[in-house]
Amino acid sequence: MPFETPVEKWASAVNTVTIGATSAEGGTRASTVTVGGDTSLPFLQFEGKTPHRPVIAMEVLDVPPEEWPPPMAEAVGDVSDDPAAWARKAVDEFGADLISLRLVGAHPDQQDRSAEGCAQTVTSVLSAVNVPLIIWGCGQADKDNEIMPRCSEVAAGENCLLGTAAQDNYKTITAACMADGHKLLAEAPLDINIQKQVNILVSEMGLDLSRIIMYQATGGLGYGMEYAYSIMERTRLAALAADRMLSMPLLALVGSECWKAKEARSPEEVVPEWGAESERGVAWEATTATCFLHAGTHILVMWHPRAAALVRKTIDSLMSQEA
Amino acid sequence: MYAIGERINGMFKAVAAAIQEKNPEPIQELAKTQLAAGAQALDVNVGPATADPLAAMGWLVKAIREVTDAPLAIDTTKPEVMRRGLEMAGPGSIINSSKGQQDQLDIFIPMAVEHQASLIALTIDENGIPRDANGRGEIALRVVAAAMEKGLSPDRVMIDAVILPVNVTQPTPGHVLETIRNVKLLSDPPPKTVLGLSNVSQGTTQRAIINRTYLVMCLAAGLDAAILDVTESEMMDAMIAAEVLLNHAVYCDDFLKAYRS
Repeated sequence: MPFETPVEKWASAVNTVTIGATSAEGGTRASTVTVGGDTSLPFLQFEGKTPHRPVIAMEVLDVPPEEWPPPMAEAVGDVSDDPAAWARKAVDEFGADLISLRLVGAHPDQQDRSAEGCAQTVTSVLSAVNVPLIIWGCGQADKDNEIMPRCSEVAAGENCLLGTAAQDNYKTITAACMADGHKLLAEAPLDINIQKQVNILVSEMGLDLSRIIMYQATGGLGYGMEYAYSIMERTRLAALAADRMLSMPLLALVGSECWKAKEARSPEEVVPEWGAESERGVAWEATTATCFLHAGTHILVMWHPRAAALVRKTIDSLMSQEA
Repeated sequence: MYAIGERINGMFKAVAAAIQEKNPEPIQELAKTQLAAGAQALDVNVGPATADPLAAMGWLVKAIREVTDAPLAIDTTKPEVMRRGLEMAGPGSIINSSKGQQDQLDIFIPMAVEHQASLIALTIDENGIPRDANGRGEIALRVVAAAMEKGLSPDRVMIDAVILPVNVTQPTPGHVLETIRNVKLLSDPPPKTVLGLSNVSQGTTQRAIINRTYLVMCLAAGLDAAILDVTESEMMDAMIAAEVLLNHAVYCDDFLKAYRS
């Protein structure tokens, strides 16, 4: 008996979202990035379309990272204390589709950088590269409410992706996004119910659902990744079943999560049986990113250029089957 | 759950008057109110008192189409009135309804195919309403077989297991629940199930609580669609909560708002 591929019929699709604005669109980017629009579970070409390839954003920090594992320090090199130069390197040498700028230095426990200082960093990165920008605060709610409106303002018209709006702190950043024409990153702590709630809350402020990207605070390989995977998959299923409050594309923080893991960062002399330190973290990050691709992630935020290159190859091969 | 709003029905005085006076506004208002309250389709019935049902149906559908493209359930037993309604409403409409006897199926199934409509089929035949779930299941099976034979996919057939007032026949709600479960086993894809809900409480003094409770019971049994008063917000709240409890919708704290958005 010939095999008949079982094909699911879905009621709906993932939203399509564009980040970045060219000069014709009121920004200064050379090109924009569009994600989403999927009409099936990830990469099931026999069932639906993946009209836009998943993209890789390379992460840039506003202050030099503390206690970086040697493979990361080596890859980024002497630009780690200059976000603009780091961003340029990420685009020119690492092939970043977007830059994901994280203003960690604003955290009161870090350098407590001012809103003005952060805004200057945003401006300098915007001038240094011509790809779209993702801008994150420091993760401390009060401080983010202070710095993000100013960062949003100096990037007005660039159609950046601003993060993050959380269930207990979403109003300031949502208002900034609406005022300055940006997209919004809606965050949940690995919880599909809270994700849906955050989306409702921001949409009630008047932000169109088509301007939201979802971010589930992700774990890497070995740290709850399977849980993140199942939540992303369930989110995609809800989108395909026409749940408008869960139909937005997904972003995952891969690099920062993976390089936290002891498997990625333990020195070779401590665990020689785990293999070469130069390869371990890269493999950890590439594997995690590949899993998230299959779970339905649209934007992967990555750290190591070699991990990014491996994942780009995977995306090429998955997308090459697209008709 | 697929909610079909029941309010555009000539049995209601306001609707009858609007038809009589050819005043589209109350009809259009009812259409908009029901859609805003969560209806995905609107039932359209000219009522028993209309002198010229054919013209009345044409007028009603035209009035509704001026304000919405939502699917319409053309509610009549007369084939010529049905045909007029389907022509005016366009593809994606619902035939409400055919009985499960062959002579009616011979008319309404080809009509569904021709007009790209779904078909509500009642588990009633020339012998009337069966006494139990088995009898209802037999008629449903005949309907599904006839549909497949004539090229109407079973998932465009909606079996209505015919609920009767609980104060008239108390075993019937149980028979209908059993039928809803059994009908899903008839074909692949299975037919849909639908219920004219308000009938369960006809003539009782506590209609709202009976409707609401029975709707939730039917959803738990697998009911896909109901013709009901979507403007009864407590009933819709119960329906939405049931959808979440059955894992048909993802929970969030504002799940009522999310479902309605």
